[in-house]
Amino acid sequence: MMTKGRYGIHGGQYIPETLMHAVIELEKAYEYYKNDPQFNKELQELFHEYANRPSLLYYAEKMTKDLGGAKIYLKREDLNHTGSHKINNVLGQVLLAKKMGKKRVLAETGAGQHGVATATAAALMDMECTVYMGREDTERQALNVFRMELLGAKVVAVESGTKTLKDAVNEALRQWTANVNDTYYVLGSVMGPHPYPEMVRDFQSVIGKEVKAQILEKEGRLPDIVMACVGGGSNAMGLFYDFIPDKEVQLIGVEAAGRGVNTAQTAATIARGSLGIFHGMKSYFLQDEYGQIAPVYSISAGLDYPGIGPEHAALYDSGRAQYVSATDDEAVAAFSYLSRTEGIIPAIESAHAIAYAQKLAPTLPKDKIIVVNVSGRGDKDVAAIARYMGVDLHE
Amino acid sequence: MSKIAAAFKKQRKCFIPFITAGDPNLDVTEQLIVAMANAGADIVELGIPFSDPVAEGEVIQAANIRALSAGTTTDKIFAMLKNVRTKTDVPLVFLTYINPIFTYGTEKFLANCQSVGLDGIIVPDVPYEEKAPLSELCRKYGVDLIPLVAPTSDERIKMIAKDAEGYVYIVSSLGVTGVRSDITTDIAAMTEKIRQATNVPAAVGFGIATPKQAEEMAAVSDGAIVGSAVVKIVGKYGTDCVQPVSDYVKEMAEAVHKVQ
Repeated sequence: MMTKGRYGIHGGQYIPETLMHAVIELEKAYEYYKNDPQFNKELQELFHEYANRPSLLYYAEKMTKDLGGAKIYLKREDLNHTGSHKINNVLGQVLLAKKMGKKRVLAETGAGQHGVATATAAALMDMECTVYMGREDTERQALNVFRMELLGAKVVAVESGTKTLKDAVNEALRQWTANVNDTYYVLGSVMGPHPYPEMVRDFQSVIGKEVKAQILEKEGRLPDIVMACVGGGSNAMGLFYDFIPDKEVQLIGVEAAGRGVNTAQTAATIARGSLGIFHGMKSYFLQDEYGQIAPVYSISAGLDYPGIGPEHAALYDSGRAQYVSATDDEAVAAFSYLSRTEGIIPAIESAHAIAYAQKLAPTLPKDKIIVVNVSGRGDKDVAAIARYMGVDLHE
Repeated sequence: MSKIAAAFKKQRKCFIPFITAGDPNLDVTEQLIVAMANAGADIVELGIPFSDPVAEGEVIQAANIRALSAGTTTDKIFAMLKNVRTKTDVPLVFLTYINPIFTYGTEKFLANCQSVGLDGIIVPDVPYEEKAPLSELCRKYGVDLIPLVAPTSDERIKMIAKDAEGYVYIVSSLGVTGVRSDITTDIAAMTEKIRQATNVPAAVGFGIATPKQAEEMAAVSDGAIVGSAVVKIVGKYGTDCVQPVSDYVKEMAEAVHKVQ
C-alpha cells in the first residue's frame, strides 16, 4: 500500500486509531479548501489586512559592512502581527477549522509564539482555545502565558516528562484524542502526521514566495543562500520551499546546539539524531539505542524539540539542504549583535540563524547574497537573556 | 492455531490484565505474570516502557517512568521472559509504541519475540495504513499483530478487522487509558461489525476497573482488558504488589468467566 505524506523515506501517519478519522477528515478538508478561491481570498485578506504581510526584506547594510563579506538581507517575519512567522500557519489552520465547523481549537507551544498566534486567531475567529505548554516553558516564557490568557485562551502547564515542547505535543495529542469530535488540533510546525507537514509548509511558504519576489525586485537575481533556524522547522521550510527547484540557491538550516553538539545538552537533531518514528512521523530524532526519546536542551524554548519535520529530513538525505548548528553562547552573542548593529532585537530562535550568518558571511565574496529569516522578535526573550548574562532586572 | 486463539477457544470469555514491564522492577514483573496466570488471567499484556506514551493516561504514564527509572530495557525484558517461559505458558502480548520496536530493529525484535515465546504485539501508534512492513515481519516470525478499533473507527472497522490476528482490541472510549465510571460507547454494535468481517475474537479495553464493568464488557464481546486498575495496585504496593494484584485478577477473571 502507498502510505500518504511521504518525503523520501520520512513522514507518514503514525497515530492512534482514535485519531485516524480526524486526520482523514482534515486531509479531505485541506485538499478541498487549498484550491478553493474563496478560502484563498479570505486567507490573503487576513495576511494583508490583519497580519501585516508582506513582511519586509531588509538590506542589513551595517551588518554587511561590519562582517565584510556577503551581502545580508533579513526577512522580517518579526514584524508580523503577534511577532513571528507562526501567524501565517495559524491563520490558515484556524480559518480551515472554522470552515470545517469546529468550535474549539487546541495547540501545543514551546516558546509561546505558536500559542500566542493560535490564541490570537481563535479570538479573531470566535473559537474556544486551549494551549498546552511545558511547565518549564511557562516559567521561561511567563510573559507569553499572560499574553495568551489576555487573548482569552486557557493555558495548561504540562507536568509530564521533561516539561518542555515535546511533552506539550504529547499532552495536546492526548487531549485531542479525548475531544476529537468537536476539536481541531492546530499543530505549530512542519511535523506530526500527514497532512500537517504539507499543510503547515504550504501556509508558511508565503515567506519564500515573498523573498523571491522582493530579492528579484531589489537585486534582479536570486540569492546565493537562504538561511533559517530549525526546531521542528516551519520557518525554515516556509523560506526554503519556493527555492527548492532553484538549484543554485543554497538552503541552510541552523539547529540549536545548546551547550554544544557533542554534549548531552543539545537539540541538534540532524547532527546527533537517528532515524525513528514518533509524533506521527518517521524522521530523525534524538534518542537512545532502545528508542527512548532523549531529553533535549537549548536556551531557546522554540528549538527545544527532539525531532525535525520529515521534509527537512528528506532535504538532508538528498543533500539539497545543509544543516549546521549554533550554540547557546553563539545565539546570545548574535542576539546582542543584531540588536546593537541593526537595532533589531531578534527572537532567540532566530538569533541561531543570525549567529551562523555572522560566521559564514565573512568567508564569502562581496557579490554573494545571503537571506536570513528573522522568524520572530525578541521581546519575549529579553528577561531570559538578561538572566543568562547575569543581569538582575528587578522585575 | 495460535496460543491466543486457543485461549479464546478454551475460555469463551477471556480476562486480559495489563502491566508495564519493569514496574517497579523486572523481578516483580516476572512474579506478576506467573501469579496473574495462576489467578485466572487468560492472556497477559505486557507494556514495554516508552519515554513518551501518547496513548496513556496518568496512571500508566507513571508506570512507564517507574520502569525506565529502574533501568528497564527491551533486552532485559526479553531475558526476563525466558525465565517466565519456564514457569507458565500463558499467552503473552507486548503493548508498546513503534519507536522502541523500530529503533531496536523490527526484525530483530520479532525474532526475539518468537524465540522467547511471545505471542502477539499491540502497537497503538501504527494504524492500518502504516502496518504493512510490521505485519509482514509479524507473519514471518509467527507473532500476532493485534489491531485496535476506536469509537471513531466506524466504517474503518471492517477493513481493520479483516486483517486482524490474535484478537481485535476494542477501545471503549475516546481519549487515553485510565479508569472511567461510565462507558457510553455502543460496544455491541462495534463487536457486530467486527464479527461481520472476521472470526478473530474481540476484547474491550480502556476504562474498565470493576468486576461489574468487566462482566458487562465481556457480555458484549469476547473479553475484557484491564490496564490502569492493575497498574494502580502495582503503583500503590510497589514490590509488595504480587498478592494484591493476584487477588484483584482472581476477582475480575471470575466475573468475566461466568459470563455466558
